[in-house]
Amino acid sequence: MALIEVKNLTLKDRLDSVSFSVEPGEMLAVIGPNGAGKSSLLQSLAGLLPASGDIFLSGIPLRGIKPNERARQLGFLPQFCDSAWALAVEEIVALGRLPWRDRDPEALRQAMRETGIEGMARKSINQLSGGEQARVWLARVLAGTPQVFLADEPIASLDLYYQGKIMDILRQHASGARSVILAIHDLALAARYCDRFCLLKQGRIHAFGSPETVLTEAALSDAFGVPIHVDLAHSPPIILPA
Amino acid sequence: MNFAEIRIPRASFFLFAGLLAAFFLSLAIGSAPVPVLGGLFDWLIGQPGLPALVMGEIRLPRALLALSVGAALGLSGAALQGLLRNPLADPSLTGASQGAALGAASVFYFGVLPGLGVFAPLLAGLAGAALALLLTLWLAGSGRPALLLLAGLAIASLSGAALAAVLNFAPNPFAMQELVFWLLGSVSERGMAHLVFLLPALVIGGALIWRQRPLLAALSLGEQVTASLGLDVRRGGRIVVLGAAMLVGSAVATAGNIGFVGLIAPHLARPLAQNRPDRLLIPAAAIGATLVLLADIVARLMPPGREIRLGVLTALIGAPLFIRLIWKMRREWL
Repeated sequence: MALIEVKNLTLKDRLDSVSFSVEPGEMLAVIGPNGAGKSSLLQSLAGLLPASGDIFLSGIPLRGIKPNERARQLGFLPQFCDSAWALAVEEIVALGRLPWRDRDPEALRQAMRETGIEGMARKSINQLSGGEQARVWLARVLAGTPQVFLADEPIASLDLYYQGKIMDILRQHASGARSVILAIHDLALAARYCDRFCLLKQGRIHAFGSPETVLTEAALSDAFGVPIHVDLAHSPPIILPA
Repeated sequence: MNFAEIRIPRASFFLFAGLLAAFFLSLAIGSAPVPVLGGLFDWLIGQPGLPALVMGEIRLPRALLALSVGAALGLSGAALQGLLRNPLADPSLTGASQGAALGAASVFYFGVLPGLGVFAPLLAGLAGAALALLLTLWLAGSGRPALLLLAGLAIASLSGAALAAVLNFAPNPFAMQELVFWLLGSVSERGMAHLVFLLPALVIGGALIWRQRPLLAALSLGEQVTASLGLDVRRGGRIVVLGAAMLVGSAVATAGNIGFVGLIAPHLARPLAQNRPDRLLIPAAAIGATLVLLADIVARLMPPGREIRLGVLTALIGAPLFIRLIWKMRREWL
């Protein structure tokens, strides 16, 4: 059974009957030009926007699920993260346990281990670099042990090293019964890590499926409005404006 | 056990020891030397005499009032700063304190509620605070916390303008003097009956805020993250503002304007709570209570005849503390 199934998701001026499904263990990349509806799609899935349509989680409609329960299943990492107060790293990660109303030490340890931030648990968030902070925000979501990890452009504004690091962590999360859905602009990196692609254009699905079916020169050039050169056979894959 | 786990109880121990000491001092200091414990005991068992009278009728109500008002201001300041994610948020932003001031002012100006005597300003103040709060909630609709506080600011400005008009057209200099003095804040010349009015508002307001601790904690990371964690930011935000307005409105209605406590107490408490807005509530309330108790003691120690009002003192103490904090923050940001 699909882990998450979306049917006719519609949001005025942003999403137009978007339907797709994600299998357990899959990593889905939501791609498309700016304003195509990538963030709107992720935020609708996270319950932040009042989109119409149906979302099923392991066959159960999300509509009937309490917000708290939904938050346990779906973890959301926004594009821009910050902390209003100079909190310790450990405290921020612990906020990921809020839907569970506990502070499960094993979940916190695991999240910090997976993101490699155990050493900075006591440090204040404002003493960390951008790349270190990105791992803390990621650990916050992981601590909630979500079935579906929704990440909105998690690698924007990170250097090459941290881009790979973050993608590795997300890839690791998308295994077994868990999945990752992420919005991403770096198509070549996405081609390397993701199983399936959802290409959005003006709020509609322009193409959906495996890298070979979605990442074609024709589909991408049409969606982005510029000629794009694609070489998926190359290692690593190459996707660049022609 | 790790270091952080040991540090929290020790800090709160000092906090509450300080509060207790200030409370005891408030009972002990006054124009007549009276044994504190003996006087309290006499009052409790109903033994007549000067010590029982001074304790039961004057000093205990005054100390309890200072404690409650200070705790209310500290708690509501901490809650609002957490809600708005802004260290400059102040309880007066809810509009409730200006509303309370206006309500009380109308007592001095129009002589409303003449049958209630000394309770007239209190009840009119509570009514004014409630009215200002309702207007604020109506104006903001179901908006986000930032809009809610903007609405509060707008209503506070409106109440402030009406208050200025009341002052402008004061019927006689005595009414105006009485009003201005009342507005400057005081916890003296009030009895246990004032506490009976004040306490329910404090308990309900405090409980409303207390139950929103998860929201305050999550809001550290912004409204989007908070909503994605399954919390209702708008509903929770309205509850926090409602609670804060009840605390501040009743505090101002009882004791007048006591400035800077709501702003400064959360700042002083923040290091004790590891900056967590949800853990800040109790320490901020304790520090607010201690500050008002101490300020009231200083006000009492002034030479007789030249009374200095409580609100003036807290502002005189609070403003330099605030300047010092900004000085410290400036260095951290460099």
